[in-house]
Amino acid sequence: MALTTASAPVVPEQPGRRAPAAGKQRGPGGGHGRQGVAGYVFLSPWLLGLMGVTAIPMLLSLYLSFTDYSVFSSWEDVEWIGLENYREMFTGDPQFYRAVTVTLVYALVMVPLKLAAALAVALLLNRAWRGVGLFRGLFYLPSLLGGSVALALVWSALFAGDGAVNEFLAFFGITGQAWVNDPDYALGTLIILGVWQFGAPMVIFLAGLKQVPVELYEAASVDGASPSRQFWHVTMPMLSPVIFFNLVLETIRGFQGFTSAFVVSNGTGGPVDSTLLYTLYLYKRGFAEFEMGYASALAWVFLAAIGILTVVLFSTGRFWVHYADGNDR
Amino acid sequence: MTAPAVARLATIRRNRFTIGQAVRLAVLIAGLLLVLYPLAWVIGSSFKSDAEIASNISVLPTEFTASHYTAGWNSFDVSFTRFFINSSVIALLTVVANAVSCLVAAYAFARLRFPMRGFWFAIMIGTLLLPGDVLIIPQYIVFNTLGWIDTPLLPLIVPKALATEAFFVFLMVQFMRGIPRDLDEAATIDGCSPYGVFWHVILPLSRPALVTTAIFSFIWTWNDFFTQLVYLNDLEDYTVPIALRLFIDSTGQSSLGAMFAMSVLSLLPVFLFFVAFQRMLVEGINTSGLKG
Repeated sequence: MALTTASAPVVPEQPGRRAPAAGKQRGPGGGHGRQGVAGYVFLSPWLLGLMGVTAIPMLLSLYLSFTDYSVFSSWEDVEWIGLENYREMFTGDPQFYRAVTVTLVYALVMVPLKLAAALAVALLLNRAWRGVGLFRGLFYLPSLLGGSVALALVWSALFAGDGAVNEFLAFFGITGQAWVNDPDYALGTLIILGVWQFGAPMVIFLAGLKQVPVELYEAASVDGASPSRQFWHVTMPMLSPVIFFNLVLETIRGFQGFTSAFVVSNGTGGPVDSTLLYTLYLYKRGFAEFEMGYASALAWVFLAAIGILTVVLFSTGRFWVHYADGNDR
Repeated sequence: MTAPAVARLATIRRNRFTIGQAVRLAVLIAGLLLVLYPLAWVIGSSFKSDAEIASNISVLPTEFTASHYTAGWNSFDVSFTRFFINSSVIALLTVVANAVSCLVAAYAFARLRFPMRGFWFAIMIGTLLLPGDVLIIPQYIVFNTLGWIDTPLLPLIVPKALATEAFFVFLMVQFMRGIPRDLDEAATIDGCSPYGVFWHVILPLSRPALVTTAIFSFIWTWNDFFTQLVYLNDLEDYTVPIALRLFIDSTGQSSLGAMFAMSVLSLLPVFLFFVAFQRMLVEGINTSGLKG
């Protein structure tokens, strides 16, 4: 709340005593210049950030992706090697393919499970009743804590050889194993961690469900539609823009999992590269092995992949996302 | 009439309300227990003896001990006092820098007419989709070239003061669009410049958006690992998440209790924020798709 006053130094107050003419500001002439200057004054921090923190670094990294650069090299020593990094990546680096596979499996398994859980719980929590707010809040809690190191540590303890999960399984006579240390299962534990945080898409689903007009259900039941037909022919089409929104958001986030994989594997992506998510591999090459040029190339391939993915998602969306009239979502 | 899932459950049963609701409630409670178990377990385990942590899946300790908290606090050459101070300083500076810079940028986008406004707005939306992981290498190189790496506060705070968190800019633009334009016009007629409108009209009315932004940027910064891992190289500068990671680095299973105790403490600020702002957080992400 102290924040409101924190904005104080940014803008000098100007009472502006000039003769105010009503409506003049909105015209194409006069007021435009004044607002034009003010616009750029207010925009200046963002513009600086765009240039200094986003655009220039990105162009620099594009350049460096064609060089053999490590943070230790001085700028005179930067050697242009053309497409060598990219060639190496696609033809001489099995770990690159490993990272791509791990990331794809992670996202393709986790995102649908997460969205299904989110939708199921949202449907159950849709109607207002006493205490529903508490349930919504508690289901959302893991999403808030989810990205933290603490929970990744808890996860490795839960799924360790002598961890609580195996104790639980022993209850049913199943002998578990050290899940986090087994190349076949380590990624699975990360997927469960990701699905566990279904609260954020759930809340978005809840908002979407609220916007489905009640009359549609009434009309459908008058026409004799069974509850399952109502679900498939009313709820799902009406909800499709929200499903799409969640799908895009969670897919992109799914491609960026880093903390849990880093912590569970102690920064290695192990066991046997089974949790080597792409971002983790990028970090390893860039900051553990100091091959910034190669890491820059990895980053640009990643960026291109996310761009392509977004385009693909949006173009398939046309076939199943239903936008009701006046729905500007 | 009813939500479809409820309707489905209800028609299976003859007695629409009581049985349908009971089944739904049972499913929800079962789900909730499953979701909350890991959190309850880590809190309970932080009070268990070392031998008990690994083998006991129950939440409550059989023998209660608080010794992990004192031991954990002093596990490393630098105590957790320092790590918590570092985390707090970084989080608070980030919150203020982020809120101020995003607010002024949002005001320009939402309210002012200036040349190329549409173009810049499109760029801003584009940066929303830009993954932070892609930017970290080039940013590191730039900050390294500027010699900022030895003063780790600069690379962590400066980007926030320059409104690079496009998400919050977007959130505030959306919020400001809901503030009636009549108010701007009235203030303009009364002689306010665009700066005066910002100061007297938009800033006071943007308080809810500012609070939402502050809460989320605090939580995100507190939980952040990637950026801090990259820029903090000196034990003295470590934040809580980076320090927590030392537990798996150095000591292994023997200090599980200490690790859990510090994990619980690290989650505490976020949890307290959650309790205090639960309503706002859950409602706040409705429109925006925020995520922790």
